[in-house]
Amino acid sequence: MTADILLQVLVSGLLIGLIYALVAVGLTLIFGVMDIVNFAHGEFLMLGMYASFWAFALFHVDPVIALPFTALLLFAVGVIVYQTVIRRVLKAPMLSQIFATFGLMILLRGLAQFFWKPDHRLIPHSLVSGNIALGPVQFGLPQVVAALGAVGVTGALWFFLHRTRLGTALEATAIDREAATLMGIDGQKMFALAWGIGAACAGLAGGLIATFFPIFPEVGSNFILIAFVVVVLGGFGSVTGAFLAGIIVGLIEVLGGFLIGPEYKTAIVLSLLLIVLLVRPKGLMGKA
Amino acid sequence: MRFMVGKAKGHGSTTRRQAITRFVATAALMATTALTGLTFGSTGARAEDEIRIGVIYPLTGAAASTGVELKAAAELAAAMVNKEIAAPEGLTVAAGLPRLKGAKIKLIFGDHQGNPQVGATEAERLITSEKVVALTGAYFSNVTATASQVAERYGVPFLNAESSSASLTQRNFKWFFRTTPHDDLFVTNFFTFLEDMEKKTGKELRTLGLFNENTLWGNETTKLQVRLSDERKFKIAEKIIYPAKTTQMTSEVQRLKAANPAVIMQSSYLGDAILSMKTYKELGFSPSMLLANDAGFNDSEFLKTLGKDGEYIISREVWALDQAERNPLIKKVNDLMRERSGVNFNGNSARSFTGIAVLADALNRAGSTKPEDIRKALQETNIPGSGLIMPWKGIKFDANGQNELGQGIIVQVQGGQYVTVWPTEVATKPIVFPMPAWDKR
Repeated sequence: MTADILLQVLVSGLLIGLIYALVAVGLTLIFGVMDIVNFAHGEFLMLGMYASFWAFALFHVDPVIALPFTALLLFAVGVIVYQTVIRRVLKAPMLSQIFATFGLMILLRGLAQFFWKPDHRLIPHSLVSGNIALGPVQFGLPQVVAALGAVGVTGALWFFLHRTRLGTALEATAIDREAATLMGIDGQKMFALAWGIGAACAGLAGGLIATFFPIFPEVGSNFILIAFVVVVLGGFGSVTGAFLAGIIVGLIEVLGGFLIGPEYKTAIVLSLLLIVLLVRPKGLMGKA
Repeated sequence: MRFMVGKAKGHGSTTRRQAITRFVATAALMATTALTGLTFGSTGARAEDEIRIGVIYPLTGAAASTGVELKAAAELAAAMVNKEIAAPEGLTVAAGLPRLKGAKIKLIFGDHQGNPQVGATEAERLITSEKVVALTGAYFSNVTATASQVAERYGVPFLNAESSSASLTQRNFKWFFRTTPHDDLFVTNFFTFLEDMEKKTGKELRTLGLFNENTLWGNETTKLQVRLSDERKFKIAEKIIYPAKTTQMTSEVQRLKAANPAVIMQSSYLGDAILSMKTYKELGFSPSMLLANDAGFNDSEFLKTLGKDGEYIISREVWALDQAERNPLIKKVNDLMRERSGVNFNGNSARSFTGIAVLADALNRAGSTKPEDIRKALQETNIPGSGLIMPWKGIKFDANGQNELGQGIIVQVQGGQYVTVWPTEVATKPIVFPMPAWDKR
């Protein structure tokens, strides 16, 4: 009985951890390439959720089928944000960069509330719904699909970064902007690409959780703090690190919440952040 | 093409360390920075015969959807007081303000975003720069606590219509009044209800799982539930106070499932209420009774988003549409609300409506807009139940400003409606018990 429950808790932690990983991967990518912290990252997630919601509400397209569309849309949003906002503060002082993305966060939230109302929404009849029971362990199908999707997207991103010319160029820009420029890589293009991919990852995460998580303008704020913890734990700029760290944070949060008490689960996750910063500030796979 | 990345490492490491510092600094900023207040106050010209009332609600932020409904209800009440809309005869608001020579009330809205500090700032702004004669709001108990402190300091009446934290009227405030019954009464009702159910069904309902959110409201509810279960010989199998606004609730639900209590008593705002229902279903957990403490479970968004998955939950209420059978005025006012805002009243918005009605009644009897006169008139309030859209015996404030004549009902979601199931004398439908398992629906 206890072993069953423990197994169930581990599975739940793994499932949500993979989602955390996908959100954090986009954040860490942008940070790795250009050292800018994107406070509006949670809002990209929110936009991804709304994209799925509207695709469903207006065109009856299931969130799972709408995923490529969501990814493309958010890619475009990321590139546009880069071209209109971020490009202008690239050489600006740190504070300006912070306020640019922080302001973007407030703007996107405000726009979402203005256009789509502050209502909580759900996608009622997704293709993926219901439960699977595997012995004593219950899985929600939407959660499983979301987690598998997160693995797939992160895997694809890893492949892109390490096995394609364009991806390698992006990595090179992350490691040393000037050297990469000297090698003939167009830095501006790489930055725009990083924002596009980063936003697309958050959007995909949004599309994947839209099948079971309530959709509302403030939803990004629930995820962003955890995403920061994941980025720190994984190591700044490391996609593989963020992936592993996402799983670890998910497991620690759910397991810690279950064993010690749910009232401490946020505290547990944030203590993890402090411990990582004290003991190993470069994180799991950071290059510091 | 391969890039020479090894050489760049030394340079890269310094920027990375700086970057880490920067990252931590910004994360700290993120954690501590509250969004600055957006205000909804109007700055139009002030007519001589205009009585300004400050109304503080969560108009942005996580509870914005509730705030918007409260605002609509308050505006409807104001429109009736001002005779812009004809109010059904017999209702308190229908009287208008004859003793103020037909002056009109004007609501000036403030947005507290669910944040107690912002609530206090908004109260201060409404009092000092908008010159309101009285304040009402703020839905969230913790915001009502801070905002009413400001009103107390300035000597401006604060009428709270929809916050149920018991401590609010235990502060010996001179300027604070509350129309709604508070949590003590609601929570006491739960236990009486469970005892009634035991008698009726012959089933043991003595093991409880407490599942409450971690702000002021959830914490106070927990304390009270612990005390009452002690007094009434109930056993607490599990007690969970969870962080509001969370990304997952599996650890919480797993603990509940492991403890397997007969009854879950849950206090959640909307987002958490939806997420917890989804998690119950995901993990296949259905207690024989889910007894919710109003708020998120009674928000009109709750059933709209969850649909059939919201069925059979039981919640306490101060109001239900099916009470219209007892009081035809309720139906008429609700029709007007739906006409104007497209939604039915719920327990929250009906109480907001009532709050404005009570303020208008006091203003009229005071025949003045001086704060002290309004306070005195509020203290002397005596409205019969028949003048209200609430299932109350009436409104009459005790020395602490608490309405003594309020009472609560218990409702269950059946067929997409909240129907009154307790107390038996006002019930419209029999209760469905136990709650059907998820795979048997």
